[in-house]
Parts: sequence; structure tokens; C-alpha cells
Amino acid sequence: MNQGVAGSDVVIDVRGLNKHFGSNHAVKDLALTVRRGEIFGFLGPNGSGKTTSIRMLCGLLTPDSGEGTCLGLDIVRDTREIKRQVGYMTQRFSFWEDLTIRENLRFVARMYGLNDSAGRVESALDHLGLKQSADKLAGALSGGWKQRLALAACLLHEPQLLLLDEPTAGVDPKARRDFWDELHALAARGITVLVSTHYMDEAERCHKLGYILDGRLLAQGTAKEIVASQSLVTWAVTGDDLSALADRLRKLSTVEQVAAFGSTLHVTGADAARLDADLAPLKAEQGGHWQRIDPGLEDVFIHLMRAAGAEETTAAAA
Amino acid sequence: MNARWFSLSRWLGIVGKEFIQLKRDRLTFGMIVGIPVIQLVLFGFAINSDPKHLPTAALIADRSEFSRSILAGLRNSDYFAFIGEAADEQQADRMLAEGKAQFVVSIPADFSQRLVRGERPALLLEADATDPAATGNAIAAVNQLAQTVLAHDLTGPLAALAATPGAFEVRIHPRYNPEAVTQYNIVPGLMGVILTMTMVMMTGLAITRERERGTMENLLATPATALEVMTGKIVPYVVIGLLQITIVLTLAWLLFTVPMQGNLLTLYLAVLLFIAANLTLGLTFSSLAQNQLQAVQMTFFFFLPSILLSGFMFPFRGMPNWAQVVGEVLPLTHFLRIVRGVLLKGNGWSEVFPDAWPIALFMLAVSAVGLRFWRSTLD
Ligand SMILES: Nc1ncnc2c1ncn2[C@@H]1O[C@H](COP(=O)(O)OP(=O)(O)OP(=O)(O)O)[C@@H](O)[C@H]1O
Ligand SMILES: [Mg+2]
Repeated sequence: MNQGVAGSDVVIDVRGLNKHFGSNHAVKDLALTVRRGEIFGFLGPNGSGKTTSIRMLCGLLTPDSGEGTCLGLDIVRDTREIKRQVGYMTQRFSFWEDLTIRENLRFVARMYGLNDSAGRVESALDHLGLKQSADKLAGALSGGWKQRLALAACLLHEPQLLLLDEPTAGVDPKARRDFWDELHALAARGITVLVSTHYMDEAERCHKLGYILDGRLLAQGTAKEIVASQSLVTWAVTGDDLSALADRLRKLSTVEQVAAFGSTLHVTGADAARLDADLAPLKAEQGGHWQRIDPGLEDVFIHLMRAAGAEETTAAAA
Repeated sequence: MNARWFSLSRWLGIVGKEFIQLKRDRLTFGMIVGIPVIQLVLFGFAINSDPKHLPTAALIADRSEFSRSILAGLRNSDYFAFIGEAADEQQADRMLAEGKAQFVVSIPADFSQRLVRGERPALLLEADATDPAATGNAIAAVNQLAQTVLAHDLTGPLAALAATPGAFEVRIHPRYNPEAVTQYNIVPGLMGVILTMTMVMMTGLAITRERERGTMENLLATPATALEVMTGKIVPYVVIGLLQITIVLTLAWLLFTVPMQGNLLTLYLAVLLFIAANLTLGLTFSSLAQNQLQAVQMTFFFFLPSILLSGFMFPFRGMPNWAQVVGEVLPLTHFLRIVRGVLLKGNGWSEVFPDAWPIALFMLAVSAVGLRFWRSTLD
């Protein structure tokens, strides 16, 4: 592994991380490399181990095995220093609802031992546009505002690495757009961001992606690389009586996914030649407009899930 | 102080946050002040109540004008209501045992003869003392009465008998609870019980609440150390404990004139030690409990034996051996002895010490368990 000039640019570098909860193997051999200024999207279905992985990166959980560094600090030995330099936003709102917005920010500033904490809190409030309601209880805020408060709080100590766990769950589209603009502005200043999400539009806005399933990181790279790596074929069909067509398509063994988007069906399969052969009679019979398109990230992730599920059943049968 | 493991500023931040949250939590705040006031007033007035017209049986073996005057005098005191005469001692005993009578007044056969001869015969007053608070005033009234009730009968040559110490003697025979607990015993007991209850439960809740609401994750993600978090979170409860004790002592003194023989500083030092022991236990419970409900359950698991086996409810020496052994382990047992000793007997440090070190030992043992299970990560 190159620990030279390129190594200093690596902010997260972990290998072989494992975490068990009793008999539940929640994270399996996780290896992750994230470079300075990157926005790394962490995707995966519910319970796949995203939160557990993030907690291991910021010293909140001790990995059962594995090693690595965050900001050049050992994730097992230097947890206190990591906590000082990392901004972590929990999946669930975890500020004190019975404290006011200002009190919450002041408390956080104090925990990080910031000098001029009062000044920083006031400018954070200004930046948030919460100056007027700073004395409202945090519990009285709406979901979107809670999320903005949480981001402001974990930026107070100017961390070089942000770990954000589903920061935009339940937030309206405009607020999400603003939030991502802010993330890109931070990344442009050299701050590294690892963010977990279930939204595909957000995944598209990340520099790099990782897809985790059942505790195992199945794919890692740019969105393009991930899509290319699975060599899927997708057809877009427009025409009449699409629901009957969808039923027929689902019966074909070469068709993996059929999804309706308004008046268009997306039909996806892994084996281009056999898929074409299966679709040919339908095309002739049904008519309509058939067009080959690039598969989306969502198609790829669903394909990965199905493939893993099929593997499991064969493994169980063997 | 090493800034890596303990930062005063961070610690003060945690203490401040805890106070703000406490201030906003009206219910808890009300409980802190309300529990001591209500308990003391309820217990105190129940004890201090002055029950009258207590059912009384008479066992009269000597029908004389003296007997009649004495019974009339007792009736006039309002404390005694005669429910009838017992035929013999067995019947009198039964009436006491069944609770039909609170008292039996026995006038022996040769009462008037001996009285006239100046031999000071004894009038026997048997009392059902299972609830000593109920009989205390009535007994005091009888003693008063003995001096005056025969003033009209003792005329002429008998007048000299009326002088002190009185023409006859009252012999009180408390039954069932010879070690009569007095109201003065209750106040020290209440101090201990209130502290055990609030200190263990509140600290237990303070930390499991953070865990349950998910804010613990946030707190642990900051550089705050376990030492800062733990001690910072309990300091407010030390203040609360001292406040509660002050309320109890002030009310006990104002309402019930409970004596304060000993040194208040000694008392408060003992209180601090006791608070520390209970807070340690609360912290340990919170590191074992998964949620607030479990913390409350653990508190009660500890609270019940504390009440039952410490000597608060039953006289300690009256308990079976095994119960005394368990009782000796509990901090409340020793705290009760200390407070009773200091308040009522005026004990100083040398008498307090034998009961202080077992509390300290309990605290050390419990904190060892707590530290063993304390999680500064989410594992
Ligand atoms: N503290 C814990 N104790 C026991 N099991 C846990 C704990 N935290 C997580 N798990 C288990 O580990 C697995 C991974 O959970 P994790 O929270 O990391 O998933 P996730 O990818 O964040 O899911 P989601 O998208 O729903 O947030 C799940 O099976 C979960 O039940
Ligand atoms: Mg999660």
C-alpha cells in the first residue's frame, strides 16, 4: 500500500473491520478508502450495517477485528483525538429537546473546549438564520430545522471529516437541495464527507459511492464505475396497457426488474443476449416504443440485492 | 488537573446542562421538594395526632367510691371511652388481643383499703402499644390524672394522702410493642428513606434517560470523558439531596419540635456520605439498566429491603438473625443509627464512625461494579 504522497491525502483508510452483536455479524470485513475533499455516499438497505460502520469510524463502537485510520489517527487507540476532530451527525436527532437551540450549541461548543465559543455560537445561529428563535426549545423545531441545527452543531468545532448518518431523512426537497449545496461547498474547502442515504438523487451527487448489503461492502467507486461493473441492460418501454405487459415481463427468467415510471416501464436484465431473445416476441406483439437506456444506480443496487439473495438460497441449499 | 481526562470547563458545562434540564422538568422538580414535605407532614401529623375516646375496658375487683372517681376522671379526660367491664383477666386479655379495647384499666381487690392506709396501691393500665403513637398521649393523661382525680374524695384525715407523689401509683404495662417507637424516631428514618428513594432513582434515570432518548450517543461522540459525564451528572443531585434534608430538618423542628442535640456539621457530613453512597448505587444501576423502566425497577429492588430491614419499619433488634445480617450491609441501617444518635443523643464523630465506615465500604464495592460495567462506547 502506498503510504507516500498519496497516503497523506487519504482521510479514511480502514481494512478488515468486523462487528458482531451477539450472533449477529453486523459488519463483515469492511475496507474503505476515502480521500480528502471527497463526498462519499454510503448506501444500503435497512439494517445493512451503515450506522454500525460509521460508529466504528468515529470511535463510538470498538471493532471486533480490523484496523485503520481516520485523519491519520488509529480508530481503536486514538478514539479521543478522533472525537475531537470529527463531526458526527447521528441518524436520529440526538440533541437535547429540553434545551433551547442556543443552549444546545453552547453546550456542544463547551464540550469541544472551543475558545470564543459564544462568538462561534452566535455566528452559527446567524448562518442558520435561527437568530430570532434561538431561545425556542430544540424539541419544538420541525424535522428540517432539527436537521439544520444538528449540522450546525457538528460543524461548530470545524472538523476536517464529517460523518453524516442519513442526514436528510424526512426533509423536504428544497431543504435537501440546500443541504447538499452546503455539503459541496464544504467539500470544496477540503472537508471530507461520508454520508449515508437511501435517496438515489443524493447518491448521484456524491463523488464516490459504497454499497453495503448485509454487512458486506459489495461495490465501491464512482456512480459510473459501479453501474459499469455490473454490465446490466435496461430497456425503456412506452405504449398502451403497460400493466399487462409488466405482468408478462415478470414471468420471464431473464428479466430481473420491471419498474413503472409514469407511462414508461424500465425492464432490466443481466444477460443482454438472452434478454434480447426473450423480449423479441413481445416487442413484435406489443408494439409501442422500445429503447435501450443506461441502467440507473437504483437498478444496479436492486440487482446486487437480488444476486446476494440468490447466492444465499443456493448456499443454504448446498 | 490533566486536561485530557478532566477539563473543568467541560465538567461545568455538563453540570450546567443538567441544572437547566432539571429546572425545565417541572414534575421532577416538584417531586424533589414535594416528597420530603408531603412525607414528613403526613407521617408527622399521623404520629402527632392526638387520638381520643380510645376504647377501654375496666376490670374492677374493688367497687369503692375511689374506683368510681378514678373511672369518672378517666372518662372526663376524653382519652378513654369505656366499652364495658371485663369479667376476669382472661376476658380482658382477649379484648386487648382482638383489638376491641386499646386499654384495660385494672383496679385490684384491696385497692381502697391500701389507699386509705397510705400504701400507694397500683392502678394497672394495660395498653395495646402496637401503635405507640396512638397511646402515648392517653398514657401521659393518666399520669397527670393520678395527681388530681381523688382531690374531692380525700378530705378530712385523708387529705394528707393527696400530696405528692399522690395517693396511688399508675403502673403502665405496654403490650405487644415494648420498644415503643416514637415520633422522634420517624424523622431520622424519613430523612434516610427520602434520600435513598430520590438519590438512587434520579441518578439512575438521569443517565438511562440520555441513553433512551439517543442523546447519549451525541454526548459520547464529543471529547467529554466518562469521568466528566458521570460526576457532572450527579452533582446536581448532591445539591438536591442536601436541599431535601434541610427541608425535612426544618419542618421537623418547626412542626414537631424534634430535638437537635448534636452538631449540625457532623450531621451534614454524614448526610453527604450517605448521598454519595446512594448516587454511586444509582450510577451503577444506570450502567446496568437498558432503559428507564429497568432503572426504576432496580431502585425498588433495593428500596424495599432498605425500608424493611434497616430498622425503619421494625425495631432492628427484633428481627431474625439473617435479616440483621442483610440489614447491616444496607447503608440506610447505618444512616438511621447515625442520625438518631446525632439528633437525639448528641453523638459526635467518635460515636458516628462505627456506622460511617460500613457506608463508605458499601460505596467502594458498588462503584467497583459500576466501573466494571460502565460503557463509554455504545458497545
Ligand atoms: N447496539 C446494537 N445492538 C445489537 N444489534 C445492533 C445494534 N446496532 C445495530 N445492530 C444490528 O446490526 C445490524 C446493522 O444495523 P445498522 O444500524 O448498522 O444498519 P443501518 O444500515 O444503519 O440500517 P438503517 O438504514 O435502517 O439505519 C442490524 O441487524 C441491527 O439490528
Ligand atoms: Mg442506520
